[in-house]
Amino acid sequence: MIYFDKVSKAYNPETIALNDISLVIEPGELVAIVGHSGAGKTTLLKMILAEDRPTSGKVFFESTDIHSLNKYNIPKLRQRIGSVFQDFRLLPNKTAYENIAFAMEVAGRDEGEIKNDVPRVLEIVGLGDRLWHFPHELSGGERQRVAIARAIINQPDLLIADEPTGNLDPENALEIIEIFKKINDLGTTIILTTHNPKVIEKIGHRVVTMERGKIISDEKRAKK
Amino acid sequence: MIWVNFKRVVRSGFVNFWRNGLVSLASVLAITVSLFVIGALMVSTAFLNGVVNEVKNKVDISVSFRPEASLSDIKAVEKSLSQLPDVKEVTYISREDEYKAFRDRHQDNALLVQSLDEVGNPFGARLNIRAIDPARYESIANFLENDIQSLSVNRSIIDQVTFKRDIVSRLTKIIAVAKRIGLVASTVMICLAAFATFNTISLAIYTSREEVSVMRLVGAGNIYVKGPFLIEGIISGLIGTLLAVSLLYPSVLWIKSISYNVFGGIDLVSYYSGNFAMIFLTLLVSGLALGFVASYLAVRKYASL
Repeated sequence: MIYFDKVSKAYNPETIALNDISLVIEPGELVAIVGHSGAGKTTLLKMILAEDRPTSGKVFFESTDIHSLNKYNIPKLRQRIGSVFQDFRLLPNKTAYENIAFAMEVAGRDEGEIKNDVPRVLEIVGLGDRLWHFPHELSGGERQRVAIARAIINQPDLLIADEPTGNLDPENALEIIEIFKKINDLGTTIILTTHNPKVIEKIGHRVVTMERGKIISDEKRAKK
Repeated sequence: MIWVNFKRVVRSGFVNFWRNGLVSLASVLAITVSLFVIGALMVSTAFLNGVVNEVKNKVDISVSFRPEASLSDIKAVEKSLSQLPDVKEVTYISREDEYKAFRDRHQDNALLVQSLDEVGNPFGARLNIRAIDPARYESIANFLENDIQSLSVNRSIIDQVTFKRDIVSRLTKIIAVAKRIGLVASTVMICLAAFATFNTISLAIYTSREEVSVMRLVGAGNIYVKGPFLIEGIISGLIGTLLAVSLLYPSVLWIKSISYNVFGGIDLVSYYSGNFAMIFLTLLVSGLALGFVASYLAVRKYASL
């Protein structure tokens, strides 16, 4: 589903974020990318979202070369990928409901679907009573659930999560991980980055370890 | 789908405008100030033109004849003057009118009235000449000085030609300079006001960079990212127009009250109400254009892919 073909990224000659990465991710996989800060995990995810361009090499989403897309097709690619971030990245001026509705609106879904689906997805992530709260009125764990609800609302083919538990206490972190596992069980491919050993232990179906822009190990485990 | 998108963008523009409270207020105020400047310039231009016309109408040349001058000679001069292309109007004031006017003016001065009664009417008739343009008085004066001979009228029947030459030439120069200064000043002020508006709106959009990047990540295309900002700009323009128009009215009332004694004849309030539709439309178009263009430029700079 995702194919990195000899991808390198250098921000300047001294800082090489990715160094000749080749990686294949199959549909339905749950891949944890681990490594220290600065290992290149976030840069790897940015490549998939077309937020950043490789210095050399190519990244494919199915058979599409992501970085050959023009600016009108990049939004269409992003609508097929749900994304979750350590700092949640919710729109501060919109309520939980509106944040999720916005993702549906930009994907061209109609009002009926929006009215029907948004309360249901918030129910699924356990926020059925927080529809009209603004992000600043929610706790960290609640904000991350809204972000996850937004990421899955359009039934994406791929879900990307950059340190999704980085700002959460252990209890909330585990709950978020459970939600990811459920989403993966329903068939969505997930790539997440983390440096939390507990998270790795809990969900690492496949653990890719990175160090200084290179992949140093790639191990597959039995699903727990 | 286009209609649905449009509706969503407009709704979102209104909601953002409302929720961005202070930032929206700053944009509205910037636009209000710009429009107020434009409106004030329109009204003051009208005011200056009023003053100029008033003064122009008061300037004239008067030709006093000797008391013994015959009516037919005077009428001949009047006729040839009114045929000059530069002359707008010639008014004939008879000896008797002149006498009566003088007496009326000095009726409280018993001595003067008494001596007038003894002497009889010492006044000659008079012609008041008004030119089409203050700059043309010179040529009329030349005619009276030199060409009058050709009328087969004796030059000696003219007692005196009173020509407010200095006032006229100075006025002509002042009007020309005032118009030039006014044009430069208004251009500069409008540019400054537009620039301030652009900066305020730019800043508002600049502070939303983070949100813009989030919208992009969720897969929002240009219409969903940029559209609401443009709608916010248009709403600011609309509210700014209403505020500017309602601020102008008390301002002209105030100016009228303080300037009444100086320029009695010019009524800004009636100019404002008489030309309300024109002023309102000009400000509305400027306000909408200012809001839209400023947002458009800022969005292009800060919210592009």
